[in-house]
Amino acid sequence: MKTICFYFQVHQPFRLRRYRFFDIGEHHNYFDDFSNRSIMRKVADKCYIPTNSLMLDLINEFGSRFKISYSISGTALDQFEMYAPDVLESFRRLAETGCVEFLAETYSHSLSSLKNRAEFENQVAAQSKRIEELFGKKPKSFRNTELIYSDEIGAMVADMGYKAMLTEGAKHVLGWKSSNYLYANAINPKLKLLLKNFRLSDDIAFRFSNRGWSEWPLTADKYVNWLNSIEQRDEIVNLFMDYETFGEHQWAETGIFDFMHAFPRRIFNESNFEFLTPSEAADKHQPVSLLHVPNPISWADEERDLTAWLGNDLQDEAFNNLYSLAENIGKIKDEDIQREWKYLQTSDHFYYMCTKWFSDGDVHKYFNPYDTPYEAFINFMNILSDFTLRIDNKLLELNQFDSASPEEVDTMLKELESRILALKAIQKKVTPIRKAATEKVSTKGGKLKPKKESAEKPKKTIKKGTPKNEVKKPLKAEEVVKAKKVLPPKKAKEKPVAKPKTKSTKKKKS
Amino acid sequence: MFGWEFPPHITGGLGTACFGLTRGLAKKNIEVIFVVPKAFGDEDKSAIRLVAAEDIDVSHTNVELEEFWHKIHYLEISSNIVPYVDPEEFQKLVEQSEREKTTVNEFTSTRRFKFSGKYGVNLMEEVTRYALIASSLAANQQFDVIHAHDWLTYPAGIAAKMISGKPLVIHVHATEFDRSGENVNPSVFAIERRGMEVADRVITVSNLTRNIVISKYGIPEEKVITVHNAVDFSNGDDLKEFKKHLPEQVVTFLGRVTFQKGPDYFVEAANKVLKKNQNVRFVMAGSGDMLNRMIRRVAELGISNKFHFTGFLKGTDVNRMFQLSDVYVMPSVSEPFGISPLEAMRSNVPVIISKQSGVAEVLKYALKIDFWDVDAMADSIYGLLNYKALSDFFIKYGQEEVNNLKWENAADGVKGVYESLLNN
Repeated sequence: MKTICFYFQVHQPFRLRRYRFFDIGEHHNYFDDFSNRSIMRKVADKCYIPTNSLMLDLINEFGSRFKISYSISGTALDQFEMYAPDVLESFRRLAETGCVEFLAETYSHSLSSLKNRAEFENQVAAQSKRIEELFGKKPKSFRNTELIYSDEIGAMVADMGYKAMLTEGAKHVLGWKSSNYLYANAINPKLKLLLKNFRLSDDIAFRFSNRGWSEWPLTADKYVNWLNSIEQRDEIVNLFMDYETFGEHQWAETGIFDFMHAFPRRIFNESNFEFLTPSEAADKHQPVSLLHVPNPISWADEERDLTAWLGNDLQDEAFNNLYSLAENIGKIKDEDIQREWKYLQTSDHFYYMCTKWFSDGDVHKYFNPYDTPYEAFINFMNILSDFTLRIDNKLLELNQFDSASPEEVDTMLKELESRILALKAIQKKVTPIRKAATEKVSTKGGKLKPKKESAEKPKKTIKKGTPKNEVKKPLKAEEVVKAKKVLPPKKAKEKPVAKPKTKSTKKKKS
Repeated sequence: MFGWEFPPHITGGLGTACFGLTRGLAKKNIEVIFVVPKAFGDEDKSAIRLVAAEDIDVSHTNVELEEFWHKIHYLEISSNIVPYVDPEEFQKLVEQSEREKTTVNEFTSTRRFKFSGKYGVNLMEEVTRYALIASSLAANQQFDVIHAHDWLTYPAGIAAKMISGKPLVIHVHATEFDRSGENVNPSVFAIERRGMEVADRVITVSNLTRNIVISKYGIPEEKVITVHNAVDFSNGDDLKEFKKHLPEQVVTFLGRVTFQKGPDYFVEAANKVLKKNQNVRFVMAGSGDMLNRMIRRVAELGISNKFHFTGFLKGTDVNRMFQLSDVYVMPSVSEPFGISPLEAMRSNVPVIISKQSGVAEVLKYALKIDFWDVDAMADSIYGLLNYKALSDFFIKYGQEEVNNLKWENAADGVKGVYESLLNN
């Protein structure tokens, strides 16, 4: 029996807000909450919710015979949690059927596999942990961002304990070979490779609604005929595509849902195919040969290479700058910084800086919130500059406390005590006003949050230790200089902005 | 006085300069009627009577019409490259005027023209329509001298002179050579030269520009007079304080990112400075046709974590930019005057300016370099950043110097020109 292996990619980036030069050092909110929320809501209603319910119907109808797999990026999961918990719930129900496999990938849909092994491993571990928490199963197969693959990346993935990996059946790599077999990694043959059948996948993902296509309209009948007419000895057809194909890239009006609804029945009635998940397929079939991929491939554009994300001066500069921070970030245990570090790595940011506007320009433009790659670059670099400043400050802070002598600790304590007194005086003045404000907020966002915040704020400032640059009198001149260096002014202001984590932001906005 | 724009609706320095000059003239008891293609309604009218060309009824009795068409005819010949009012409308106008001639004194045509007030695709068309309005205006208003600012308004000035017979002063803030290097637009050049030839006097904003007018446009020396620009800081309210949130020092380029402003030299100098001193950020504020090239170059040099682009800034953001700056650089390849260094100096920012700028003729407390001398530029930036005594010196005396560059002085110069014309 031959195998059909479905894998759907679910991903949403955290889009960046317009971040100006003037914001550097002053504002630390980088993300466009409004567009992230509204896009997530739109795609949820057009694609995720209806498609999930279709898939659930099909599984219920055919028992355990209909199987599919998903790879969901951590950024998408975070956004489900914040803006579309109903989507997360419907994925959970799919997971409960046991017919759905969830794959491992990098947490933020990043390009870390090309640059920083430690970060790559961190991200995969974080993603896999998250999937296990949400859906109850630890992923066994791996798919890298945009199906990026090379011999080396495959070897890293094998070292991390995965038994199978998905990638593109790129023509320039396969040559005369067919994507309809299992292959193995050239460095570590234990890792099995499933290659995308890009013709049959793209018939659904890209060409389905194209009226200029000679095969339009595509029916389940016709499609199953094509499947039946593959080479006699072929073993597996891997249909890999963006999940947003259903309802978003191909609107409901094109008949994409009807197609998917009719498809499994045709397969069961009229073909010699069965559905398997990637891990099952890897267990069942044997690799026919090693696959040599010295240079990274991907599933994007005509070239099936990395040029959509890396290669021009803008992209390389931004990418190298970003990863130059990796080492220092490892030393910082700040939740906000760790989260933002992940979100900034999302491959989409580099995609927006792509300057090859020829063959695939339309696809790029469709996904791009910026008018030009230059704007995308400037915006990203401004944010990165602010992010870098924050990291430098955190490091200085760490070092300062680590290397302080007992006397210095004493003087610091004294300063802080006087600072606390001053703050308390302010607090007294402010309390009546804040109370009124708190009451207002609590009607919307639940009582706990605002209270916690107001209790926390003074404490935070204390931990920071050094006073702002509008320094109170008791400070000595040298210390003023030090203090200035350690903290950019207005640090206190940062907190309320950055503080509300995912949850509270959601509450405020919704 | 014919201008093209007036604060707050400005696209370049022209509007600001016109504003300053009219205020200066008002203090010298000279009444100014200022004509712009389009008035938005929120302009500062304290010193002037602002007239929007589009609000003027072009109404003529038959007799006037004849003269009017005579005038336009003249304009058409003098600059036959200018695309006229679009052909259909032109045809209609002509037919109408012929019809009117037959029904003597019975018919009055009234129409208004709409102007976008911006530099746009139909620029030539608007320039010509503006001239048409000007001739109508010239017939209805009382005045002694006509004063036209930059080539866009020269045809209007010429038309007004022809109708009224009053003397015409052409004010050259920039020439086509400043804007386009050697690749001059021939039709713009033709309009400019025609304006200078017809004018009774030509005022230039610097000796640099004066030399261009004399040598490239062939205007007799005695007709060309330099009146340096000034700067008006009477608007105290835009001096709002902005706090600086950056630990590094900031070096700023502010202006259009085009060939004549020399942005490429600034980028190269920044690269040199950053090799010695990492504790500095460079900012290129403005937009223009060379912007993308600059962004690519900065990325290629690998300095984009210290080199920022803000896009076009206006209003308070300009001020904010100056206040964040520690050094201001104007590396212009060709700059008739250049008012922005003065604004920087007022905000206590030491400035580096190219010797190829008109403002270099009036400033003592500024570092002057050749625009192409990237090493000297880098040296000067480094010096101002690292040697506090030097920057303090420039800040202290620069502030004083700039406060003495008053539009009243410029107005005196302009008034002198007017008087020489009226006493003839």
